[in-house]
Amino acid sequence: MDRIPILKLGDALLVTIQVDMHDRLATALEDDLTNKIVKHNAHGVLIDISALEIVDSFIGRMLDNIAAVSRVLDAETVVVGMRPAVAITLVELGLSLAGVKTALNVERGMALIQRHHVLEQGADDDIAS
Amino acid sequence: MARSPLAALAQLISEQETTILNDWLELLAAAGSLESGRIREAELRTQCGTFLKLFRVALTDGDTDTNSAVYSGVRDNLSELSRSRATHGFSPRETASFIFSLKEPLFSAVNRSGKFGAAEVAQFIRQLTLALDDLGLYTMEVYQKSREQVIIRQQREISELSTPVVKLWDGILALPLIGTLDSERTQVVMENLLQTIVDQAAEIAIIDITGVPTVDTLTAQHLLKTVAAARLMGADCIVSGIRPQIAQTMVHLGVELNVISKATLADAFAVALKRMSKAVVTVKTVTAQSS
Repeated sequence: MDRIPILKLGDALLVTIQVDMHDRLATALEDDLTNKIVKHNAHGVLIDISALEIVDSFIGRMLDNIAAVSRVLDAETVVVGMRPAVAITLVELGLSLAGVKTALNVERGMALIQRHHVLEQGADDDIAS
Repeated sequence: MARSPLAALAQLISEQETTILNDWLELLAAAGSLESGRIREAELRTQCGTFLKLFRVALTDGDTDTNSAVYSGVRDNLSELSRSRATHGFSPRETASFIFSLKEPLFSAVNRSGKFGAAEVAQFIRQLTLALDDLGLYTMEVYQKSREQVIIRQQREISELSTPVVKLWDGILALPLIGTLDSERTQVVMENLLQTIVDQAAEIAIIDITGVPTVDTLTAQHLLKTVAAARLMGADCIVSGIRPQIAQTMVHLGVELNVISKATLADAFAVALKRMSKAVVTVKTVTAQSS
């Protein structure tokens, strides 16, 4: 069974979805990602869906789930590169992915994660001091 | 009478063509066809003459079924005429009366000739009525279709004109909405906005609704959809230009826009600049001093 590669990039994990997602692939990704977050102690998850042309409610829910799971494990999820057609479809399906952060491209998504991380660390330092 | 009765009728028309034509024009003028000034008498006379000639030719072939091939010339002529009348703003009444007022002159022509018996006259009148009614309906159908086409074209033009996405600054877009937001327009607006966000790599989009006359629950929902879609693409939205009455209506209706909203486009732009860590500053003019 093919899997979607998860790359470690500093503190964050990068997932680039290049193929059409089917449901088993999505479930496998959810499992893998959860394990990798714990293993690498990641603070951010970037999901690049710029190559994804078709979404359904299942994929939308998967994105929401991943975000929820990551938040529990203290990692910020950012979905980047969503196509206009995909965005419209998700909105029409009633999935506005409220718990997910979004960015236009990987670069901006990375900046968002880093900014968030710095803020969090700042807060931690405040508590420590 | 050697030939079919209709052919005899056609011959009658050809004999009395000028009289019929004059009667017809008189009736049209009496009905006020020339008063609007949209058509001149000479032009109307040509139109009537052409139609009468084509109609006569069709009758010569002895047929009253206006859908048959014999009538194709008549129908082409009528649709051309009807279409041009629709685009020139003739009223439906003016267009329909063109055909229907031909009945009277034809009937009197039949009566006048005195060549036919009562039974034949009755048959002529029946057949003429059927044919002309059919043609009249056809004329109105074409007229209606042409008007619809005009409306469709205008709608398309309006929707194209009214949904521009403008770039205010690097990464800041503005979407000035004008007119009522229905679901079809929202779709166009959304697609335009999202595509421009991708093209310009925009971070902030300002939706200005100064030109939206009313905001009801449906419009608000459409706005929220647009905002949600833009957010999914990684761009933030600011809504601006909500007029006082509209703000009141929205609160009374219980409509909640869970987005940042500002009173004017200028305020929204200021917020957008601040978000991007940019500022507008007054430049101190340094008067050049000659050495």
